[in-house]
Amino acid sequence: MKLPALKFSKKPSEMNRRDFLRSGAALATVTIAPGVTLMAFGGKEASANADPGKRWGLLIDVNKCSKDCSACVSACSQENGWKLPENPETDAQWIRKVDLTDNATGREVSLVAMCQHCEEPPCVDVCPTGASFKRDDGIVLVDKHICIGCRYCMMACPYKARSFIHENIVDEQKTWAPRGKGTVESCTLCVHRVDAGGTPACVEACTATGNGAMIFGDLKDPESEISKALAKYPSTALRDDLGLNPGVRYQNL
Amino acid sequence: MERMIYREIPANRTILQAAVLLGVFILAAAGAVFYMEEHGHIVTGMNNQIVWGLPHVFAIFLIVAASGALNIASIASVFGKTPYKPLSRLSALLAMALLAGGLAVLVLDLGRPDRLIVAMTKYNFSSIFAWNIYLYNGFFAIVGVYLFTQMARGMPAKAVKTAGFVAFVWRLALTTGTGSIFGWLVARSAYESAIMAPLFIVMSFAFGLAVFILVLTFTTRVTDRKLGPKLLRRLGRLLGIFAALVLYFTAVQHLTSNYWARNGGIERFILSDGGIYTTLFWVGQVIIGGLIPMALVFHPTGGSKPASIILASVLVVLGGFAQVYVIVIGGQAFPLDTFPGFTASSSFADGVVHNYSPSLPEFLLGMGGVALALAITGFGMKVLRILPTNLSDANVGQQ
Repeated sequence: MKLPALKFSKKPSEMNRRDFLRSGAALATVTIAPGVTLMAFGGKEASANADPGKRWGLLIDVNKCSKDCSACVSACSQENGWKLPENPETDAQWIRKVDLTDNATGREVSLVAMCQHCEEPPCVDVCPTGASFKRDDGIVLVDKHICIGCRYCMMACPYKARSFIHENIVDEQKTWAPRGKGTVESCTLCVHRVDAGGTPACVEACTATGNGAMIFGDLKDPESEISKALAKYPSTALRDDLGLNPGVRYQNL
Repeated sequence: MERMIYREIPANRTILQAAVLLGVFILAAAGAVFYMEEHGHIVTGMNNQIVWGLPHVFAIFLIVAASGALNIASIASVFGKTPYKPLSRLSALLAMALLAGGLAVLVLDLGRPDRLIVAMTKYNFSSIFAWNIYLYNGFFAIVGVYLFTQMARGMPAKAVKTAGFVAFVWRLALTTGTGSIFGWLVARSAYESAIMAPLFIVMSFAFGLAVFILVLTFTTRVTDRKLGPKLLRRLGRLLGIFAALVLYFTAVQHLTSNYWARNGGIERFILSDGGIYTTLFWVGQVIIGGLIPMALVFHPTGGSKPASIILASVLVVLGGFAQVYVIVIGGQAFPLDTFPGFTASSSFADGVVHNYSPSLPEFLLGMGGVALALAITGFGMKVLRILPTNLSDANVGQQ
């Protein structure tokens, strides 16, 4: 956006009424423009870095996900500035460990669940303002500037992936993950890292533990580690029956 | 049969007392809103599992009742039933007032009510919520025009009928939109069903008429205006039919859902194991909100007594709140089946029935919406010629 230039050539005492109004308008534009820009471009601006030729995804090997390990959860909390839950009913949880027992066989497994970054995300469909949006590379995000806090996305999400911020945020915030009372948030797939060529914090932490239960990569690239693993072994999506085609898939579930 | 005369209601002692009472509720709601705004939703009973709480129960009841309250006018204008014609103005006014009350609650419960302008300027047209913003605003405009055609001097009957027809179609669309907020939620077994739209429409018939009867009988009594017992009986019997329709659609909803093995869990929860939700369903909705009102209005002798009809209306309103509570809160309390075939447990309440205890601020906000709707109705009747001076059976042409 091109902003009108401020004129400093005349001394204030020499300004006529028209100059004064003009400079006032320019000052107002400079003050308001950043906010207006964010309002106006919202998701599109945040999507600018997204490459439509890619689709980012995760593969989680349930057999390698240890029940006692929550390194990915801690890493996400630290990376994105949400505190580990003290009040599990109201505190945000971008990623969580879930223990499962197979009703038919009694087999016990543990896994992590987070936003599944669906190809057909119900949260995006229901959001009245378009605050919930999907980038061209498949990452589903919330535009914090236009979320009105209606929580319809939380009603629509089959994965309980979203949290509503119930009270004032007192902890230090990360510049890449702004948080505010009265809005909804969820896993961003560490979009700030991905756009810089990195991997999500959870995957990095999981690899560091030696468990290696999480693989991150481009689902559209047949040569990526994740695509090769998906091609070689059976995997499943949570609530596959809904046809949402999530970007997060599970192995050995 | 004398000429039908519409007059503003006088500000007598009872009306003023009622106005003060409504004002107290509205002020209390304003206080609750500031308190919730200041502290966030942490001071409500809502959480990350029960994301819509008591304010939504009130808001949905009022919005559903709003379109139903318009029915009386529709029956007169669209279906040509003359005895209802003198009631049409009140019907239209009450419809707009109830919608305003419901929307106020809905908006003030948003996490960021200050961003209402965003909701009004940025639309995602795949969202039924966004469509509803048009449907609600359109309702005010269309019913406003409809009311104007009824009240303007020398307005041709055809104009009234046309406006009434458009309003009738619009109110059906509006309630379809409200029901579809739930019906289109694929992930939640309590909702995902096309029946939610028609169910909400019959709920609107019953709730709207019940509120209409209560407002009509109260106002005619405190202003000493005649209300024919046969006309009231006719309204009462209509209420009984609507209450029966709600039970029928509810039965179809649960019979169908029960037939699907995958919905066994949610059905057992609502119908037998759900504690408060099961009680509210059977005692609140079915018995208090359905069977007893039907018995009251269809009783061969008691059914014509005004007291029976008024009591039936009160019970339909109470049962209606119970029904909306079961739909909104009960539907969320049952855990999402994110991992079919597994028993899940986590720090985020996977696999367990979710807790919800409504807080006082939520209740006050909801009651404020009710008070606002009634205050708008009362104010409308005070400044506009809404209510006829004589609604005796002879005067309205009720045989």
